[in-house]
Amino acid sequence: MAEEMRIVLRNVGKIDPLKIEDYINAGGYKSLEKARGMDRGELIEEVKKSNLRGRGGAGFNCGMKWSFSYKLETDQKYVVCNADEGEPGTYKDRIIMMNDPQSLFEGMAICGYAIGSNKGYIYCRGEYPYVVEHLNKAIAQAKDKGVLGDFDIEVRMGAGAYVCGEESALIESIEGHRGEPRFKPPFPGVEGLWGKPTIVNNVETFANIPVILEKGAEWFKNIGAASYPGTKVLTLTGDVVNRTYFEVPTNVTIRDVVFGLGGGIVDNKKFKAVQIGGTSGGFIPEELLDTQIDFDSMSKIGAALGTGAVFVMDETRDIVDIVTRITKFFEHESCGKCNPCREGTKRMHEMVERINNGTGRVADMDLLENLGGVMSVACLCGLGQAAPAPVLTTLKHFKNEFNAKLN
Amino acid sequence: MSDYTTIIDSYKDKPGGIIEAYHALQKEYNYIPEDAITAAAEAFGMSPAQAYGVATFYSYFKVGPRGRYIIRICESAPCHVAGAEEVVSALESELGIKMGETTADGKFTLEFTECVGQCQATPIITINSKPYEDMSAEKIPAVLAEYK
Ligand SMILES: Cc1cc2nc3c(=O)[nH]c(=O)nc-3n(C[C@H](O)[C@H](O)[C@H](O)COP(=O)(O)O)c2cc1C
Ligand code: FES
Repeated sequence: MAEEMRIVLRNVGKIDPLKIEDYINAGGYKSLEKARGMDRGELIEEVKKSNLRGRGGAGFNCGMKWSFSYKLETDQKYVVCNADEGEPGTYKDRIIMMNDPQSLFEGMAICGYAIGSNKGYIYCRGEYPYVVEHLNKAIAQAKDKGVLGDFDIEVRMGAGAYVCGEESALIESIEGHRGEPRFKPPFPGVEGLWGKPTIVNNVETFANIPVILEKGAEWFKNIGAASYPGTKVLTLTGDVVNRTYFEVPTNVTIRDVVFGLGGGIVDNKKFKAVQIGGTSGGFIPEELLDTQIDFDSMSKIGAALGTGAVFVMDETRDIVDIVTRITKFFEHESCGKCNPCREGTKRMHEMVERINNGTGRVADMDLLENLGGVMSVACLCGLGQAAPAPVLTTLKHFKNEFNAKLN
Repeated sequence: MSDYTTIIDSYKDKPGGIIEAYHALQKEYNYIPEDAITAAAEAFGMSPAQAYGVATFYSYFKVGPRGRYIIRICESAPCHVAGAEEVVSALESELGIKMGETTADGKFTLEFTECVGQCQATPIITINSKPYEDMSAEKIPAVLAEYK
């Protein structure tokens, strides 16, 4: 059976998160010191070599991203931590920030040194005012101790818009605008916040950095799956016995997660489906449970690791009803900037709802597939591109449930 | 209550600070007063239309009055399957209003929300952002009693 392996959560329950001395006594800020003694290029090379890939959903090589900003010469660069955590079923970033905020700051400061930036922002979702307060207290302690040197960190609060988790929309929001994604390229690493090179990384990505520097890229890249090494913090919801969070190496299987650490299905009912990565993830049927959770293995089965949210559904759950709810989410959260998403999410919700109500038409099934295909390539940002995934994967694996409502 | 111009002015020098200013206004009033939009536009050097556009983009902001206690019910899929609908019915019947409405005494407003990141104990409601875990129709009267 799979076992937990705590890298990102290494200090959870062991230190008082609002006592910086605890963090320092546990070896904290040694990695920042080490980094500052290194050549910037070599530091980035080390992060790149570890093959740490983004934990916010897109899975981009972290060191590679840093290298784009590092190379540019400008008067100002920024480090932004994405703590928007809007993907339903996800709360891992909250766990990290509440239990070990200093390791996030240390990761950000290392990035700041690497790319040549003295200003960091943490964009924390508006639903977490208590986290913002907590972070501000922890930042004050770090400033008092002087551990961050000349690197400044400021917290900005989102205000309830899922799309603001998308990095360019997030940047727009920090700038005080409507959170609408930008056209890319240029990517934020080249032209981000106020037009300056900006590294946007997820909370969990940053929290990995101090440990990678402490133990080395070689150590890290041998943990979990070779193509997406390290661990992933997962949050379990739905009809699973252990509705909790844990951190596992990335080569565990979905079955290990749901039936091992997850403890199986509540009341010994049968498993029907699991949706991983949040509400934009694909639905996974029983026969694919032996897939590894790493980024590439999940992509291969038309699913996604995403944020690591694991939403389990038992045999009694109504797939079409759940997908109706999900399509409503995307209609509501579409920012309206691009037509394929604004119209597409609306029509997709309309059709699925019709089927769910028993007034659907057989033609709707083909239309849904067609529309989903168009959206996944034509939408401006990842919101609209991923929105069809729950519909398309359930049409593939649970078509009988749609058919049953058509008659 | 402090004057909204004082609140807005204290964020004026923060780059992109209009959203922080709106948060501060809501903390004070629970909503953004209509006139504050024009004041914010001026302070942050945008047109009133742009300042209004920012305020209305974000679901956490509300322009114009609403209740003192904002009760939000998470309807994202994990809360949905855990029974959010029963919690909605219980709140509606207990307060005598429908979702989206405010009680006549101006005390409670009912709103839907998407996931608030407390999914370890679904279904979740929040009252002025404070989360209440593992909600059920039976627990609603006791929760509301805290605010009555
Ligand atoms: C609609 C949408 C929402 C997103 N929400 C988040 C989020 O809440 N947190 C996050 O870290 N990344 C989110 N992302 C991914 C970011 O755009 C970006 O890839 C990520 O922050 C990069 O950090 P990483 O490389 O460390 O993962 C979202 C993307 C899209 C398209
Ligand atoms: S799904 Fe309701 S709080 Fe996350």
